[in-house]
Amino acid sequence: MSSTELPSSARTVVLGAGIVGNSLVYHLSRLGRDDIVQIDKGPLPDPGGSTGHASNFLMPLEHSKEMAFLTDDSIAQYDEMGQFTLSEGIEVARTEERLKEMKRQLGSARSWGQEGRIIGPEEVKEKVPFINGEVIKGGLYQPNAGTCDPLRAGEIMRERTEENTDGYQIFPNTEVLDLHVEGGEIQAVETDRGTIEADEVVIAAGLWSNKLAKMADKRIPLTPAVHQLISVGPIDRFEEKEGEIGYPIVRDVDTQMYERMHGNDLEVGSYQHRPIIYDIDEILSIDEAPLSPTQPPLTEDAFDQSMQDALELMPEILDDPGAGIRHEIDGLLSVTPDGMPTVGPMDGVDGLWACSAIWIKEAPAFGKNVAQWMVRGYPDVDLHASNVNRFHNYGTSDTFIKNRGAEGYKKIYGIVHPAEQWQTSREVRTSPFYSRQQDLDARFFETGGWERPRWYKSNEDLVRKYHDELEGLFRADEWDQRWWSPTILGEHLHMRDHVAMVGDMGFGKFDVYGADAVEFMEKMHVGRADVDVGKTVYTPVLAENGGFVSDLTFARLGENHYRIITGGSVAGSDLQWYRSNAPDSVTVVDKSEALCTLGVWGPDARNVVDSVTEEDMSDEAFPPYTAQHITIGEVDAWAMRLSYVGELGWEIYVPAAQGGSLWDTIAEAGEEYDIRPVGMGVYGATGRMEKGYRLFGHELEVEYNPSEAGLTFHGTKDADFIGKDAYVEALEEDDAAKLCTLTVDDHTSSDGTRRFMLGEEPILDQDGNVLIDDEGRRSYVTSAATGPSVGKHILLAYIPSERAQEGNQLQVEYFDETYPVTIEVVGSRPLFDPNNQRIRS
Amino acid sequence: MNVLACLKRVPNTGAKIVLTEDQQEIDTTNLGFTMSPHEECAVEEAVQIVEEHGGSATALTLGSAEATEQVRTAIAMQADEGVLLETDGEEWSPRNTAGAIAEFVRDRQEDGGGFDLLLFGNESADAGNYQVGVRVARELGLPIVTSIKSLSVEDGAVVAEREIPRGSEVYELDLPAVVAVKEGLNEPRYASMRARMQARRQEVEHVTPERRTDAGLKKIRLESPETEDSETEILGHGPEAVPEIVRVLEDELEVI
Repeated sequence: MSSTELPSSARTVVLGAGIVGNSLVYHLSRLGRDDIVQIDKGPLPDPGGSTGHASNFLMPLEHSKEMAFLTDDSIAQYDEMGQFTLSEGIEVARTEERLKEMKRQLGSARSWGQEGRIIGPEEVKEKVPFINGEVIKGGLYQPNAGTCDPLRAGEIMRERTEENTDGYQIFPNTEVLDLHVEGGEIQAVETDRGTIEADEVVIAAGLWSNKLAKMADKRIPLTPAVHQLISVGPIDRFEEKEGEIGYPIVRDVDTQMYERMHGNDLEVGSYQHRPIIYDIDEILSIDEAPLSPTQPPLTEDAFDQSMQDALELMPEILDDPGAGIRHEIDGLLSVTPDGMPTVGPMDGVDGLWACSAIWIKEAPAFGKNVAQWMVRGYPDVDLHASNVNRFHNYGTSDTFIKNRGAEGYKKIYGIVHPAEQWQTSREVRTSPFYSRQQDLDARFFETGGWERPRWYKSNEDLVRKYHDELEGLFRADEWDQRWWSPTILGEHLHMRDHVAMVGDMGFGKFDVYGADAVEFMEKMHVGRADVDVGKTVYTPVLAENGGFVSDLTFARLGENHYRIITGGSVAGSDLQWYRSNAPDSVTVVDKSEALCTLGVWGPDARNVVDSVTEEDMSDEAFPPYTAQHITIGEVDAWAMRLSYVGELGWEIYVPAAQGGSLWDTIAEAGEEYDIRPVGMGVYGATGRMEKGYRLFGHELEVEYNPSEAGLTFHGTKDADFIGKDAYVEALEEDDAAKLCTLTVDDHTSSDGTRRFMLGEEPILDQDGNVLIDDEGRRSYVTSAATGPSVGKHILLAYIPSERAQEGNQLQVEYFDETYPVTIEVVGSRPLFDPNNQRIRS
Repeated sequence: MNVLACLKRVPNTGAKIVLTEDQQEIDTTNLGFTMSPHEECAVEEAVQIVEEHGGSATALTLGSAEATEQVRTAIAMQADEGVLLETDGEEWSPRNTAGAIAEFVRDRQEDGGGFDLLLFGNESADAGNYQVGVRVARELGLPIVTSIKSLSVEDGAVVAEREIPRGSEVYELDLPAVVAVKEGLNEPRYASMRARMQARRQEVEHVTPERRTDAGLKKIRLESPETEDSETEILGHGPEAVPEIVRVLEDELEVI
């Protein structure tokens, strides 16, 4: 119900009544939340945000799994509300390069269960008769594309929320002035109509979200950016068609534009123009804005090229003098530093959530999944790539957001290689080893803001040295080679033969202290926490459904002191998970930047380390999977004996300020053994894949459980932990799918080039059908890397249990061609050194 | 038949107006610009007259270099040529503006390119002084009618119609003449994409007029009048709302 009196308190306050906020309140009410207040500074049904001017089309095909799933679900939701119009859609290709990209897109479509087909220029013209067939080489046809009415959908969702619960109130024309936080918890929302206390506050305010987050001294890293949009009409041809849209949506992706019928007009939108980024303070208020705050006037000169390109593609209708530009705006939307949304619970302020930077085409599903996350602790779809906390300790400055937002803007319709690196705002986080790595001509890739060497040009000699062993593993295709180097393979073999140093990995490092530390660590992990001091434990971290929240290693440093080591890209989200679950008696301290990490691995690792430590580094004195304080040269260090690359050696941790000294000491001691610094290409790809080690966000997501992932070595401990019931059930039940290690039997493509898959390709049976398990999950490559020591290209994939037999032959699809693969391992047994003798040597 | 349509670059209003601190200008930091709606009709009329009678339609403005944007908008609406009387960007008084335009028209006349019809918007959308057309006519010694919502050119004369309560007044002016028009005169066209692109490339004539010393009218400050918020009342949902809607249409608005 709408009323004028703001209540003094509510369980949940949702800030924003665009499509996202409306979806959120609706799904919260469906899940039983019955004390919800929704606030927007604007009027209803169009409060003036991006929802009010979007072009409202939904093209489902996406390379990103979560975006594909969420778009499909959103289409279903709009359709169920009667707000979806099926129009079909075509992405047209003007270049050969784009046609290739479309083949890759088809692969993603099959991985995520979406429909699409590549069609020739003639068929494009049949479907869109007014297109200029001369400038296109073909198209990617998407039969399930269509348009929606997000404003009407929002109204329906709010109406349904009112039907679901009496405890829902909406307050339009109400401006948020402040967010009150105390003791790390959200307390209240202060508005121009009074203050409302709340247990939960969700910022679903689109491009105003960061402004609101700052009121709680937090950041939601997004910035408003212009998307230019004009509407041209009347178009005679369209008048013959009934309804809003009667021809397929066209995306002219090579010019970063789209054209779609809208009534008697053609909407022409562009992401081609120079990025025009706004400061939030430049955006007019609703009172001041002639159209709406998010519809400033078109910056005409920026649109010149777009007009030319549109005229070239659709001259028949756009070059008609009778068709005029009837509407033209610089439509404002939200862009983030990596192009993904910003959602989830916000680290540091319990009860404060983000649900922002979401497009019309994913909004209903994001509302649903974030509502699930709020109410039951986990979403249906793994949202780690959209987790608002992923910019942990970096990436939240306005400069960073603008630089990356502007760079990412150009990628919206771009052909983006999965390993493509950002060019702006680099060197934001560097380890103490950085300058030394630069001296060695390291090629840096960025993860979690950290500059990490992917390989070292100084190691190119190793390619020559191992040339014969690497026969057949060199990549010939430009796409496969991009952001890759054969030096990685040489570094790998050198490590396996001698010794290598790896660092810094950019790990998240959290110390856990407190009287109830043991109990807390038990609650958080599948692995037993009450282990001897000095033990390390690799363990899944689960959500209540038994799916993965993370996987990581912790070590017990003292009776009431643990150290958690997790991946750099998930450090922020993991930290939030631990902190929000920690009782008052437990403190979680972030040491991610205070400590640095240097790994020393290989058959000669002990010789190197032993020569500079005061302690005994023998297998007896320092057994595998234990941790100790040691002294290396003049540096007090702490080391864990374990390895993600399957070798004898240690991860050595020292205060960042002493990292340089550590590096020099190890490098000098290693000279005699030809120690080489090697990059993350070995650590994160070739080395770990030969060992079948899983990676969160690839093999491990909330949709899969430890039994399926082959991570059941912990059995079931007595202590309770989050996800235990589901975990026990998963152990007892038959797995619908099993994580398998596959290798490629023949790399030869139709033109004779040897191709190397990079990940996320669909796995097919011999008849060419994508494998689907009993739970409807499709088989795709979760990770791919070349294994130099096994001489094969390795793929990890979940395979339906009935197919998961070692030796079973399947196929992988890559750029619309199939390649034979064999299941080498079902479960977690390593392909290389299956008994882990090297680690234990 | 040569027609001149004079227009002014004004902030794209239609919302709450924010003034600069000294109350001398509208704060346009984040506003777009357009031409006054009356003048859009003047441009459209000029183009239509030329389409019918031949000749040339010229769009003219006085203002900063940025005002070229509005001249180009007129060219995109099919005006044949554009003229910018370029100033330093300061707001010129109606007297000075009219003086500069009159001088330009006289210069053209001397060069043999005189105008048969000078069209103005009745008043600008920002300052609303209602003066420039009248002053130009006076200075050039031409007849003028204002507030015109219908116009036709016949046999060396222009017939102009002005709406008055319960009727209209019809004037016939011998050409050359000046007419100040109002929105509703015609339906200004939307420029096509092609026209817009061509307009962006077309040369606009630049003239730098001399500013006369100001006399008479002086701007003290601008004030933004309080506007009453329009209120929205939800009459009901779905079919149940029909009787109430009918009642409002019948009794309150008296439209059915």
